[in-house]
Amino acid sequence: MAGASSAAAGTAPSGTSSGTGDAQFLRVDRLTKRFGEVAAVDDVSISIRKGEIFALLGSSGCGKSTLLRMLAGFETPTSGGIYLEGKEISGLRPFERPINMMFQSYALFPHLTVWENVAFGLKRHGQPPDRVKAQVERMLGLVQLKPYAQRKPHQLSGGQQQRVALARSLALEPRLLLLDEPLGALDRKLRAQTQFELHSIIKNVGVTCVLVTHDQEEAMTMADRIAIMSAGGFVQVGPPREIYETPGNRFVADFIGTVNLFEGALVEDEPDHCVIETPVGRFYVGHGITGVKGQRLSVALRPEKIELSCTAPEQTAHNCLKGRVVESAYFGATSLYRVTLADGTRLQVSVPNSERHGEVIKVGSDVYATCSPDALVVLVS
Amino acid sequence: MPALAANPVPERVPGPLARLYGRLREINWGRKSVIGIPFVFLVLFFSLPFLVVLKISVSEADGVQFKDLIDFADGTLTLRLKLANYQFLATDPLYLRTYGWSLAYAAGNALICLFIGYPFAYFMTRARPTLRPILVMLVSLPFWTSYLLRIYAWKGLLDDNGVVNNFLLWAHVIDSPLKMMYTSFSMMIGMVYTYLPFMILPLYGTLVKADPRLLEAAGDLGTTPWKAFWLITVPLSKGGIIAGTMLVFIPSVGEYVIPELLGGPQTLMIARVLWNEYFQNVDWPMASAVAVIMVVLILIPLVLLNRYQNVDATAAGDGRRRKGAAA
Repeated sequence: MAGASSAAAGTAPSGTSSGTGDAQFLRVDRLTKRFGEVAAVDDVSISIRKGEIFALLGSSGCGKSTLLRMLAGFETPTSGGIYLEGKEISGLRPFERPINMMFQSYALFPHLTVWENVAFGLKRHGQPPDRVKAQVERMLGLVQLKPYAQRKPHQLSGGQQQRVALARSLALEPRLLLLDEPLGALDRKLRAQTQFELHSIIKNVGVTCVLVTHDQEEAMTMADRIAIMSAGGFVQVGPPREIYETPGNRFVADFIGTVNLFEGALVEDEPDHCVIETPVGRFYVGHGITGVKGQRLSVALRPEKIELSCTAPEQTAHNCLKGRVVESAYFGATSLYRVTLADGTRLQVSVPNSERHGEVIKVGSDVYATCSPDALVVLVS
Repeated sequence: MPALAANPVPERVPGPLARLYGRLREINWGRKSVIGIPFVFLVLFFSLPFLVVLKISVSEADGVQFKDLIDFADGTLTLRLKLANYQFLATDPLYLRTYGWSLAYAAGNALICLFIGYPFAYFMTRARPTLRPILVMLVSLPFWTSYLLRIYAWKGLLDDNGVVNNFLLWAHVIDSPLKMMYTSFSMMIGMVYTYLPFMILPLYGTLVKADPRLLEAAGDLGTTPWKAFWLITVPLSKGGIIAGTMLVFIPSVGEYVIPELLGGPQTLMIARVLWNEYFQNVDWPMASAVAVIMVVLILIPLVLLNRYQNVDATAAGDGRRRKGAAA
């Protein structure tokens, strides 16, 4: 996954300036955690740049939380090492690590005010009162909660509580910030707004950040790089765009977003294109693969990369599938159509509603679904 | 009301009966009766008997009868309150000492129960979840046998030739039996033993609800587990500490059986004095006065507790209201 740095999105200037020290700010080396016979985290290795926001994305039970808890020090690794700025930290207890965590549903201290919550860590580190005061004020300013300093957590809204939790975890100026489902407790509308806010605060502070989420939208908007996890291991690591547009295998293609998958065999393989024979027809793919003719593989096609038309396209066009609309759903910004192809395969097509009174494709009508050679991704595994 | 008369379309003002009917209809009778039943119960079985006791305490004995407090004769209405008993109680050093000791023993009992009960309850919450109901049952198990019987059992243990002394003699720890029975020591053992479950159960109730992630958060922010216990666990179990302390303190002030059976002649507890006044001296007004003051002494901590809880509740309610207003 070395190519990941090519798509670095808005990293802190320090992140790219110096050599391997910054590139391996946090290094996880063959980390394994077993609970009895089950390996919750299985031989995971990763290097995280300084100032990077790194997301661990996966469904529940994939080991992402266990990995995060090992970074925080709440779980002891069965084997492997964690290195922060080159120093091995897996033997340190949570309160000895320069790492702070923003907990799922925040874990704010209910008996303390907002101010005391943020000051908690500073006081425990024996900082002088004026320093504590200055830092708490700075943190509350950062998350725009100064007027709420004397409130108790239960007197705040969910979004405000989330910001207190962020301020509390940033107050000690940790080397590494861990976020456990940071937006999981917020409702949908607030979540969309908060994720940008959270992202900009973290980027302003410039702290390196590992976040855990099961929400792909959250991972995509927040993270510079995403690791898709399954069964305790990384399936693919890369920037959001790469994960979505160039999934490495069927699991990732299926996990992120919606996808139409076609099983087929390789019939033609040139450097600039390849052709795959599938039960629904031949696919002309705009990139070559290094495969053997006759090799079994899959073609992945995202619903939004398909064009739907009631009139037949020119004969020369590649990748045209004929079918009949069996279901349609109007989502406002887009409409989703389910099309049954000649052999019975279902195709999902997402069409942007760019015109207010545009052509409406009715259920039951015959349609032609086309896509460009560039829209297709060939998956070997 | 000239303004109203000037109005071309006079509003229909509902009559007093209609208003009363309207008001009666607005009352939520279901809710009222839910509160009303315990209210009536308390009036019948607490307030009225207490008023009777209060009346006796200020009455003058007239043989086996009491003189009426209010007397109407020769066109004069006289109210005679005999406060001599209270005067006596307030000045007599023996009574004052007895009240003082009762409160001190009760407070000591509550404190010892708290120190034993807190770790007890804490480790119960740390047990496997499947084991917890069994532990709760074991704590309340002593209630299944007679309280009197259990107090008597301590006699057998603490007597001069009881189990404890015999064991210590056999083990050559002591040469002659320890005098444990009929002392403040044996009484306190009996009290702590009897009241401990009342401390453990409310403490367990609050501690079991504690969020373990709060301790993790405290650890993450640089707190050792021991400090996190004092900074997070203890403050958050304040409700349980107060409830348990009250549940132990209040009945211990008026405890009669344990001081009578396990206490020595020198252990002064108010309930024993009360017994003497009622059944040996047959001085009902005096005994009633003793009882009234005891109730007042117990009411003070209860009122304080209530006040504290109300402050807490209004703070929470305030928060909800503010949140609602913000939304």
